Parts: sequence; C-alpha cells; structure tokens
Amino acid sequence: MNKQSTSGLIMPAPAPSSLVTRRNALLGGAGLLLAGCDQINASPTAKSLLSLGEKTTHGAQRLVTDRNALAQEFSRAEMSPVFRQNGNQNPGTAEYNALAANNFADWGLTVDGMVAHPLRISLTQMMAAPRRTQITRHDCVEGWSAIGEWSGVPLGLILKRAGMSGNAKYVVFHCADSTGGIPYYESIDMIDGFHPQTILATHMNGAPLTVGHGAPLRLRVERQLGYKQAKYVMRVEAVASLDGIHGGKGGYWEDHRGYQWFAGI
Amino acid sequence: MTCARLGGSGNMATQFADNEVAGAGGQADADASPLIYRTKLPVRLWHWINALSIFVMLMSGMMIFNAHPRLYWGVYGANLDHPWLVISHRGTSGFVQIGGFEIATTGFLGYAQGVPYAFPPLVTIPSTYSLADARQWHFAFAWVLLISATLFMAYNIVSGHLRRDLALKPEERSLTHLWHDIKEHARLRFPTGEAARAYNPLQKIAYLGVLFVLIPVVILTGCTMSPTLNAAFPWLAELFGGRPSARSIHFLCAAGFALFIVVHLLAVVLAGPFNELRSIITGWYRLPQERLAKERSK
Repeated sequence: MNKQSTSGLIMPAPAPSSLVTRRNALLGGAGLLLAGCDQINASPTAKSLLSLGEKTTHGAQRLVTDRNALAQEFSRAEMSPVFRQNGNQNPGTAEYNALAANNFADWGLTVDGMVAHPLRISLTQMMAAPRRTQITRHDCVEGWSAIGEWSGVPLGLILKRAGMSGNAKYVVFHCADSTGGIPYYESIDMIDGFHPQTILATHMNGAPLTVGHGAPLRLRVERQLGYKQAKYVMRVEAVASLDGIHGGKGGYWEDHRGYQWFAGI
Repeated sequence: MTCARLGGSGNMATQFADNEVAGAGGQADADASPLIYRTKLPVRLWHWINALSIFVMLMSGMMIFNAHPRLYWGVYGANLDHPWLVISHRGTSGFVQIGGFEIATTGFLGYAQGVPYAFPPLVTIPSTYSLADARQWHFAFAWVLLISATLFMAYNIVSGHLRRDLALKPEERSLTHLWHDIKEHARLRFPTGEAARAYNPLQKIAYLGVLFVLIPVVILTGCTMSPTLNAAFPWLAELFGGRPSARSIHFLCAAGFALFIVVHLLAVVLAGPFNELRSIITGWYRLPQERLAKERSK
C-alpha cells in the first residue's frame, strides 16, 4: 500500500495495511452499534415502545394465571441455611432507632386512605391477630433466590377490618427506610392485596423480624419479586390511583430506577 | 489441498430444496451454476426477526446476569450458598470459577474495559450498568421471540418445511452417514451441485437443536424464573429442579445460542458469504459447482 503524504487533502490518508483497516472498521462498527443501542435506550420513544412489552407481560400473566393460585410452599428441609437480606438493612433514623430501642412497643401500623375506619394497630395487636405461616421462596430481581418461613397477618383481613372502599384500586405501603433521602414505598393491586399468601409478616424463620429483615413488619407478596416485599412498613394506604403518590409510578424503584411496577417476572 | 480447493470454489452449500424449484434445478446444467429460488419468504422473515431478537436477548441477558453473576443448582441459591459458576473479579483481575476451577479472564470476563462486571460493556444492552433497562429490553423482545417462534413452528408443520427439509432422511440417520458428514465438515468440504439443494445432516441437527431444544427450553426456563407463573404453573419449577436450576439452564441455553451463532457465521463465511446472504435476504441462491465438474474443467 502506498503511504504517500496526503497532508493538505481533506480525504484521510490510506491506512498502512488492509488488515488494520478491516480491524478498525470492525471496531468502529461495533462502537457504532453500541452507541446506537445506547441511543435507542435513552430515547423516550424507545422507552415507551419497550414498556409495551412490560404491559403485555402484566396483562398476559393476569390473563393466563389463576388469580388465586398459591405460590409454591416448601418444607423446612428446603429452607436456605442463611437467608441474606435485601434492600436497605436499617432505616437508621432517630425515630426508627427510638422505636427499635423499645422493642417496637410504641410502634403502630397506620391503616388509612379510602377506608371507613382508619386504624392504628399496635405490635401486640398484630401478634394477637389471626395469622398465616408459609415457607416460600424470595426471588430477587437480581437473580438470587432464598427460601424462608414467614408468619404474619393476612393483609386482606386488615383491609376488611378497616372497611376499605370498593373504589380503592391499590394498597400503598409507606416505609421507615429511605435511600439517599428518598423514602421507600411500594404498592400492589387488589388481586395481590387480597391474595391469601399476601401477609404483613411479623416473624421470619420462627423469630420476630430482625432489623436487617424489616422489623417490626414487612410485606410478603409471594408472586412478585423481592423489591415489592416492602420492609419497615409504617403505614398502609388504600388509594384509587397511584398518581398522587411520590413519583406516581407506585414505588421507590419504579420512580427512581425504572423498574417495572408489576414484578411478576 | 483442501485449502486450495476451498479457495478455488469460493462457495459451499447449505440449503433446502423447494418443491417448486426441484424440477427447474434438475434441468439445469451443473456447470452453469443455476440460480435457484431456495429460501421461501416465511423462512427468511423468521430468520431475521429471530436473529434480531436472539441478539437483543443475549445482550440484555448478559446485563441481567451482571446483577448477580453466579449460578446455582437446586431450589434456592444466593450469595452465601454454593454456586457452580461465578464470573467475578478481585480488584482489577477478572476470573471465571467453574466448580473447583478458576480461570483468569481479565480483559474479557469479570473485569474488562475498566469496569468490574461479568460481561463487558461491548456485549451488553445497555452498555452501562442498568438492570432495570436490560429487563425492559429482555421482556419486550421475549415477546418477539415467543410470537415469531410460535408462528414459525406452525409454518414448519403446516407447510411441510419440517418434514421435507429439516427432518433427517432415513439414510441420514445412520452413525456411519453422520460420521462421514462430520469428516467432510472437518475438511471444510461442503456439498455441491444437486446435493447442495438440501440441508446437510449436521446442519439439520443444528437447526433442529435450535428450534426444538434451545428455543423451547430457553422460553420455559425463562417462564420458570417468573414468580407469578411459578405460582400458576408449579410443574415448571419441578420440571427444571427449582428456580435457580432453571436460571442455570437458561444461561446454558444462552451459551448454546452463542455457540450456534459462531458456528453458523463461520459456515456462512466459509460457504461464500455473498451467495449465502443473497439467499437469506432475497431467497435466490447459486448452486455451488460440482466438485468433480470443476476439477475436470481445470
């Protein structure tokens, strides 16, 4: 190949060898392809197109699955030897620390929103209420799974006790923990809200919840992924729409990180 | 020399015979290298839709894997349990652990392009870490894959493509025949002339493997990872031995797709990329000249 100087010309100098050209072309091509993918990924149109998949999945799963189907329950022999914690591991606020220092004796769950009788339920009352115990698998969105035993009060019982309005569409869980100053919250629809395995758990593996696992109360919604299992639940609110709640997408991860509201897959 | 012969022919043969062109091809003179209409529209359409969805699934899947780059067998599996595969890093050294063995993979896996992820930015969608975005891509294109594969499967059965072109012929089912085909492939001698109208046995096995093993198993193991589908269809997790096992099998299927793509592209390049691409884009394919005829003409 000739290597004569092309200074002064607008055209680039020929590459010293065809091999280098080809490699550069390949690398350049791969780079362009990636830049293309990332550009598509950043475009609002693409985002809304891709979210069609999410909506289809949600609709299809509700269509083909029995809405009352129970999540698989396991035997004690199948439980994870160590159940790792997920999400925030300690709210660490002054108020929470004070509650924890007193073994949550002063803690109370607020139940409000579209209900006829707003409630405040103490931990003692929670412990005395009818409960369900289940050994289920926790599936983190990241890909790991852990099996543990959860025991708590069915959410449906609490919603009925509070006289929830028939117009309420979602249950919102407001939590004591926050990430970077943004409070954690989650929400589910009434299909999961009244599902028999949806419980507000006070116990895990036979003992009261530890701080790391969401003491004194966490949600178990067994047919969805780990980030829906809100920890440190302080307040349960029945609403007709998620629009007015924080970012409007129904949860911390949904508002701030683009995760799917329906975490059934 | 094999290489010289291959270089001389510059093309190869992978194909299926179409009933419509079988007669026309039969009349053509082998030396004239007839252009035949070989690949029907549904096959071409599915090939490209499937290629796109498989690439997006692989690339977004690798980003999803980056969120927890460990695989397990059994009904549970998390950080404190025992993985059979780990792709991770210590400092700036990447490594892959399989069973008790560890392989240094810095620059490729575990740590590459300056970032500590199992799969490097070059091969993931998106290129910077985002489990949420990768999941949006993965589950959108999962529908493309599922729907197009279902339609194509129905087409295969109804049109006879499966029975006529993909199924191994009785004479191809013997080990001697397969061994002969393996040896021919190893020598890079692909069928020519009339023999190039049909898929060769190894090619059929590869395509059947994708259609009847990889695609169904990757879809079923993908569904097994869904907690909602798990509740509705408990047999899914039982079938694969638990959700972590299904995740492992899902990953192995992905590796199977990657291997298929490498071999498939290599075969296209060796067989004559222009002719092969024309065939899978327009349907028209030039039958490679008979080896004997070519050698006679030299």
